[in-house]
Amino acid sequence: MSSSADFRRQMPEASRDLRQPVSLSQRWHIDLPLLVLLLLLGGFGLLVLYSASGQNIYYMKRQIMFFILAFGVMFTVAQFRLKTMESWAVWFYGGGVFLLIMVLFFGVGAKGAQRWLSLGGFRFQPSEILKLAVPLMVTTYLSARILPPRFKHVFWTLTLIGVPTLLIMRQPDLGTSLLIASSGLLVLFFAGLSWKYIFSAVGLVVASAWPMWQFGLHDYQRQRILTLLNPEEDKLGAGWNIIQSKTAIGSGGFDGKGWLNGTQSQLNFLPESHTDFIIAVLAEEFGLRGVLLLMTLYILILGRGLWIAGNAQTTFGRLLAGSITFTFFIYIFVNIGMVTGLLPVVGVPLPLVSHGGTSIVTLMMGFGILMAVSTERRRVTI
Amino acid sequence: MSELHHIKDHHTEARIFTRRLIFAALVIVLLLSVLLVRFYNLQIVNHDEYVTQSDRNRVQVQPIPPTRGLIYDRHGQLLANNRPSYTLNIVKEQVDDLDQALLVLQTLINFRDGEIEKFNKRLKQRRRPFEPVPLRFRLTEEEIARVAVNEYRLPGVKVDAELVRDYPTGELLAHSVGYVGRINDRELERFDEETYRRYSGTYTIGKIGLEKQYEAELLGEVGYQYVETNARGRVLRVLERIDPVPGANLRLYLDSQVQQMAHQSLGENRGSVVAIEVATGGVLAMASTPSFNPNLFVTGISYKDYKALNESLDLPLYNRSIQGQYPPGSTLKPMLGLGALHHNVVDYRYSVPDPGYYQLEGDERLYRDWKRGGHGSRINLRQAITQSCDIYYYDMAFRMGIDRMHEFGVHFGLGQKVGIDIPSERKGLWPSRQWKRESRRLPWFPGDSLNVGLGQGYVLATPLQLAVMTATMARKGEFIAPKMVYKVGDQVLSAKRRAHEAQVNPSHWEHVHSAMVNVVHGLKGTAQGVRRGMNYRMAGKTGTAQVVGIAQEEEYDSEKLLERQRDHALFVAYAPAADPQIAVAVIVENGESGSSSAAPVARKVIDAYMASVASAEERASEQ
Repeated sequence: MSSSADFRRQMPEASRDLRQPVSLSQRWHIDLPLLVLLLLLGGFGLLVLYSASGQNIYYMKRQIMFFILAFGVMFTVAQFRLKTMESWAVWFYGGGVFLLIMVLFFGVGAKGAQRWLSLGGFRFQPSEILKLAVPLMVTTYLSARILPPRFKHVFWTLTLIGVPTLLIMRQPDLGTSLLIASSGLLVLFFAGLSWKYIFSAVGLVVASAWPMWQFGLHDYQRQRILTLLNPEEDKLGAGWNIIQSKTAIGSGGFDGKGWLNGTQSQLNFLPESHTDFIIAVLAEEFGLRGVLLLMTLYILILGRGLWIAGNAQTTFGRLLAGSITFTFFIYIFVNIGMVTGLLPVVGVPLPLVSHGGTSIVTLMMGFGILMAVSTERRRVTI
Repeated sequence: MSELHHIKDHHTEARIFTRRLIFAALVIVLLLSVLLVRFYNLQIVNHDEYVTQSDRNRVQVQPIPPTRGLIYDRHGQLLANNRPSYTLNIVKEQVDDLDQALLVLQTLINFRDGEIEKFNKRLKQRRRPFEPVPLRFRLTEEEIARVAVNEYRLPGVKVDAELVRDYPTGELLAHSVGYVGRINDRELERFDEETYRRYSGTYTIGKIGLEKQYEAELLGEVGYQYVETNARGRVLRVLERIDPVPGANLRLYLDSQVQQMAHQSLGENRGSVVAIEVATGGVLAMASTPSFNPNLFVTGISYKDYKALNESLDLPLYNRSIQGQYPPGSTLKPMLGLGALHHNVVDYRYSVPDPGYYQLEGDERLYRDWKRGGHGSRINLRQAITQSCDIYYYDMAFRMGIDRMHEFGVHFGLGQKVGIDIPSERKGLWPSRQWKRESRRLPWFPGDSLNVGLGQGYVLATPLQLAVMTATMARKGEFIAPKMVYKVGDQVLSAKRRAHEAQVNPSHWEHVHSAMVNVVHGLKGTAQGVRRGMNYRMAGKTGTAQVVGIAQEEEYDSEKLLERQRDHALFVAYAPAADPQIAVAVIVENGESGSSSAAPVARKVIDAYMASVASAEERASEQ
């Protein structure tokens, strides 16, 4: 092939990679270490879920179906070229924001919050789309600019983040809006946002804490924070969850009470045991050993994510992979922090362990992007 | 578009990114360490504390109430039973929304008027935490099923099988056996810690009668079970169980047949019968009419029913046998005559003229005999007892004096609690010089002695005291405290005996005894009407007492007033005369004449006793 011979002559270094036979995983756009880790985590999660749901086969079947669907989505996403993603970002983002506006008018929901859109019997939360659309959009925007970003670009980036954040806050869903905002801000951070800006933003947040507390929060939100500080005050009410989850974790000890033998979870003292509070079940039945195993899996996944980000060929890939990985970490931290009583109660599931389809599919879509970044062939950019 | 003129510096971007990535990795390591420290603290450092808390969550100690001891009569007939009953209980602490729960229950069960109100009242009363509050007693099978089906939407609502006290003999023994009722505020306040523990799981307590007196023995010892429960309080399994010790059964001296006859022969009258077994002091029958149904009180009497009982002029709630204080009238005559013989005030031949009245020296007042015109020219002691001559006793009382009369009467249980094992016994009044000085601030007048000699004036005695006096006469002076209970569990209660302190000459006993036999069997005996058809001999004494009124000053209508101003009729007796086995005291309020309304009751009661003894012997010989 003469064209490739020319190319080889021009760029002898890069040609060495191209000469190598393309591995199977490379061709299928699969990052093997990441895939293995995700399968291990999912398997361990199913084990815990079986116990946490009270040995409910129905939940198991649903969760397995979700996983199959989510892995399918991941493989599909992994096949896309980054360039394609970049070009779709605007539509993805624009569509998401449009749906959020629709929620404001036609949304359904419960307990005073409108979060769902109902389309022909199919209900979904548009805010889930934004969990990926926002970092994707911000990455697309920033990677086309000279970095570190200048003030003007920072301003537009913040606008891109702010619009969906505010819309979700209106639903109201403070937890999700903060998570989405941080996934966008992380891109900004990885893009090299000046520390000057970062410190002044942190300063601003601290200064506005008191007015926010007074005027910016709903009563139930304030209550959650108060409960965190003193769960004993309302033992049977808002403090119940925290007290029971701490009791479950603490009574598990190092060895745990054994699979299916956790009294807190099996006797229904632990609320939401198969969703947000599932790690308490794990900690009770498998003890600190089980926690360490889960943490190890998470750390390895995070490490692989960061490695992929560090080795990405393009700025776009780097920023997106970095943001997705760190957002994954935030989910872990917020959930575990909440269950162990370090953070207020916000509805964040434990990634890939808690029961719930939407969260798993969204997360795996993120890992699909990571795989796409990881297996993107080295390409020369001019 | 100005940045298009600049050239992207890929190397710088990559360098900055790598630095930021390392920073991010450090943040991740730091925060995960925070979480791990947290887990270490919860699971290792504070592990024991949380294990305790988790066990306290799942393991509950439940008290198991002991079964209350049963009460039997002397022949083994059941007088107080425990009957299984299903109660709809609500544990308020486990109910999310009480009003909602009550609304749901109303669709399942047809509540009677006032039932919900009563429940609300009970709810407000002081009670122990997690103590179930009953909403409905005696559920039917259908109601149980309806509640069970809807259990899932009624947290804190439960149907409990309980043993509820039941009195099969109904109003027959309401006063003496008594009844149990729910523990009320005042009782709960008096509980010390140990009592509180003993009653965990038990919600009733003896209120009156034997049920109250023998509460400690009947109650038993509470048991416990350690159960594992889920968050809704449902018991999943029993981890450990300490069985309760059932309360001791009571075996009474009481004979249901005798009791039945006593109650029945009082009929519609207000009155009382007390029958005592001479040999033991055991109470064979203790009736007080009108009576009431004690079963009404067990699960809580309705306000209407209670008001009716409490405000009735006939005072059905009042135990006349031990609380009714009546002037004993002439029933004291044999005992006082004995005292006069003992103190040589009179002898067998001593006689007084009976013109129909008696006069103290230097006093204008005429003390009249109950019989207009008197009993004849001269009357001796035997005649005075047989015919119940008042003139003889005026003379005797005057010459004997209050001090000797008082001292002698005390040996027969007058003016003191005779020590029956039923609460709220009253002691009557057996007056003395000292008593009058202290309570009336007056000296003793000779006229006072005359009244005491006739069992009138200040003198008051309960039917129980009269029965005890009569039994003591039958035993020739040996005083035995009367008692209801023969055996507690397997243990026979010993009798409290007191020998007659004044050693009376045996021939004096015989003399008075034969005079009492004459009351029933003599030609001029005041109670000769009852002897027809009698196949044993009976010693007795009639009495009639002017009404002082045991009732409060109520607004009577005039017809009732007249009826209630009639004299009380009394009769005391023991039989068989040669070897006394049973002593009886009868009072019929406003019965007018001891011989015509009280003596026949005593006769029937003694007949019933004789029949019961005969049939018991028959049964024994058959076996």
